[in-house]
Amino acid sequence: MSSEWPLWEVFIRSQHGLAHKHVGSLHAPDAEMAVRNARDVYTRRNEGVSIWVVRSNDIVASSPDERDALFDPATSKVYRHPTFFPMPEEVKHI
Amino acid sequence: MYAQLVETGLKKVRDVADMTPEEQAFQARIDADVKIEPKDWMPEAYRRTLIRQIQQHAHSEVVGMLPEGNWITRAPSLQRKAILMAKVQDEAGHGLYLYCAAETLGVSRDEMIADLHAGKVKYSSIFNYPTLTWADIGTIGWLVDGAAIMNQIPLCRCSFGPYARAMIRVCKEESFHQRQGFDIMLALCRGTDDQKAMAQDALNRWWWPSLMMFGPSDAESVHSAQSARWKIKLLSNDELRQRFVDQTAPQADFLGLRIPDDRLAWNEERGHYDFGEIDWQEFHEVIQGHGPCNRDRMRTRVKAWEDGAWVREAALAHAAKRAKREAKQAA
Repeated sequence: MSSEWPLWEVFIRSQHGLAHKHVGSLHAPDAEMAVRNARDVYTRRNEGVSIWVVRSNDIVASSPDERDALFDPATSKVYRHPTFFPMPEEVKHI
Repeated sequence: MYAQLVETGLKKVRDVADMTPEEQAFQARIDADVKIEPKDWMPEAYRRTLIRQIQQHAHSEVVGMLPEGNWITRAPSLQRKAILMAKVQDEAGHGLYLYCAAETLGVSRDEMIADLHAGKVKYSSIFNYPTLTWADIGTIGWLVDGAAIMNQIPLCRCSFGPYARAMIRVCKEESFHQRQGFDIMLALCRGTDDQKAMAQDALNRWWWPSLMMFGPSDAESVHSAQSARWKIKLLSNDELRQRFVDQTAPQADFLGLRIPDDRLAWNEERGHYDFGEIDWQEFHEVIQGHGPCNRDRMRTRVKAWEDGAWVREAALAHAAKRAKREAKQAA
């Protein structure tokens, strides 16, 4: 038998209440082992307080080919940023 | 370096004139320092070169555990033993980060390991030297990890996203390795005459192989020039080697050790140390499999892989059985 252990993507939540962040991937036979391996591979220096693992095959990603179609529409909507609106100097706390 | 003599499969550096429109757009992204991600279009030669480079780098981390693992049971104190174990564990981790980065390019872990065992892919020449005394462990941390940092810091800026991100993690951990090595050397050099002699002996044996790690001069190499254009090699072998010598020579002075090179001298005019000729014959012999420990290293790796086969199979069979049981219960 030469089949490989499946690939898992690993997400770690760091100490300070931030969202889980993708840190890399690893191979493991099942979910439980994936969490244990992730502990050893990605948190040897207290990098995290919580681990998520997801089978890489289960991740749905946008394609680089659709990048323009997906993200271009946002570039013309500069009014979504507060800096679009100049405020008079005298006006405070806004 | 950890990846030495990486070939691109190309006979000359690709000019704009040789490039298809896709390649031109790709090169323009690299020139603008945009990271290339696994699903982006990339020239086949870029993909294959990176697979070779990252794979060699990963194998070096993994084989690199062997010379140091040799001393875990014989470290002189419980604290030194715990530290060395943590360091060797890091090397395993570095290997894993790198294998994963290579896998994003469409090569499987099993293929990479099979290539290593078949001798089709190399690992760094440095790991084919024996670790004869405890001072060798200090010297490896100080010199070999020091040289590795020198090479890996620029790679944090390389063009391929997963490789750059793996390098950032590796670099964060690597300076612990170099310092623990220097700390061992410091303890020996401040110890008895015999201990200091042991440190000097280790430096005598590891100095030249450490300089060889950077590889032969690549000023004329098509492969290096192409890799530089692709930003997967950011500094030349000679530049990195010079930096390493400049950084290390004063550290040896501090330890009161003598670098085994009669021509080593500060050159005021250049603002760098001059140093002697490297025996490239030795380097090529080691790379071709004729170093002091090549066969032993490969034998150990293959045995570990084969002895672990039943564990990998059993874990997979167990996972399959459990999944089946859960599916049945759900039905």
